[in-house]
Amino acid sequence: MSTETETHDHDHDHGHEMSDMAYIKIALILAAITALEVSTYYVDFGVLFMPALLAMMVIKFVMVVSYFMHLKFESSWFSFLFYTGLGLALFVYIVMLTTFKFFIA
Amino acid sequence: MWLFLGSECLLFGGLISTYMLYRGRVADGPHPDQIYDIPFTSVSSFVLLMSSLTMVLAVSSAKRKDDARTNLWLIVTAILGATFVGGQVYEYTTFVREGLKLDTSLFGSSFYVLTGFHGLHVSVGVIMLLATAGIIKKNRITGDKPEVVELVGLYWHFVDIVWIVIFTLIYLIPA
Repeated sequence: MSTETETHDHDHDHGHEMSDMAYIKIALILAAITALEVSTYYVDFGVLFMPALLAMMVIKFVMVVSYFMHLKFESSWFSFLFYTGLGLALFVYIVMLTTFKFFIA
Repeated sequence: MWLFLGSECLLFGGLISTYMLYRGRVADGPHPDQIYDIPFTSVSSFVLLMSSLTMVLAVSSAKRKDDARTNLWLIVTAILGATFVGGQVYEYTTFVREGLKLDTSLFGSSFYVLTGFHGLHVSVGVIMLLATAGIIKKNRITGDKPEVVELVGLYWHFVDIVWIVIFTLIYLIPA
C-alpha cells in the first residue's frame, strides 16, 4: 500500500517533466528576445520603443517563472502565493510612484 | 519557498521604485546615460540568463538521479553566476573611476543599493550552488535530493527574473 502510494506520488511529481531539449529551446527563445531588447538601444523603434521593451520583459519573466521554475505545472496555491506578492508589490509601488508624481512629465 | 520569493518581490519592488524616482537626481555626478555600458551589461545579462538554463538542467539531472551530471550543471551554474558578479564588480570600478560613488548623488545611492542587493543575492546563490554540489558529492543528503536541488534552483531563477526586470527598467529605458 505504502509502495503504491509512493509510486503514485512519484508519477505525480514527475508527470510534468519537460525534456532537456525543451529547456534548451526555451533558453534559445529567451536569448533571441534578449537580443531584440538590446537592439532597441541601437535601432529607433519610435513610439513602439517603451511598449515593446515592457512586453519583452514580461514575456521573459513569465517564461522563466512558468517553465524553468515549473510554476505552470505546480499547484495553483503556489501561483497564488507568488503572483499575490508580485501583484501587491506592483500595486504598492505604482501608488508610491504616482504619489511622487513620477508619471507626470 | 514561493512565499519567500513573493516577499522578495516586495523588497526588489521597493528598491526598483526608489531608483526610478531618483535616477534623474544626479547632482554634480554623471548621468545614467553617460556611464552605462549597454553592450557590456547585455553580455552579463546573457550569462545570467544562460545560468538559468544550466540550473534547470541540474534539476532535470537530479530528477533522473544522475548525480554526476547534477554536480556538473550545478558547478557550471555557479561559474556563470560568479562571472556575472565579476562583471558587476568591474562595472562598479569603472563607474567609480568615472565619478559615480555611493554618496555622489541620489542616483548613485539608489543604483548601487539596488544592483548591490541583487549582486549579494547572486553571490549567496553561488555559495548555495557550490554547497549543494559539495553535499551531493559526499552523499550527505538524506531527504529528497531532487527537491533540494529544485529549491536551490527556484532561488537561482528568482535572481534571474529580478535581473530581467532590472536590465530593462534600469539599463535599457533611458532616464
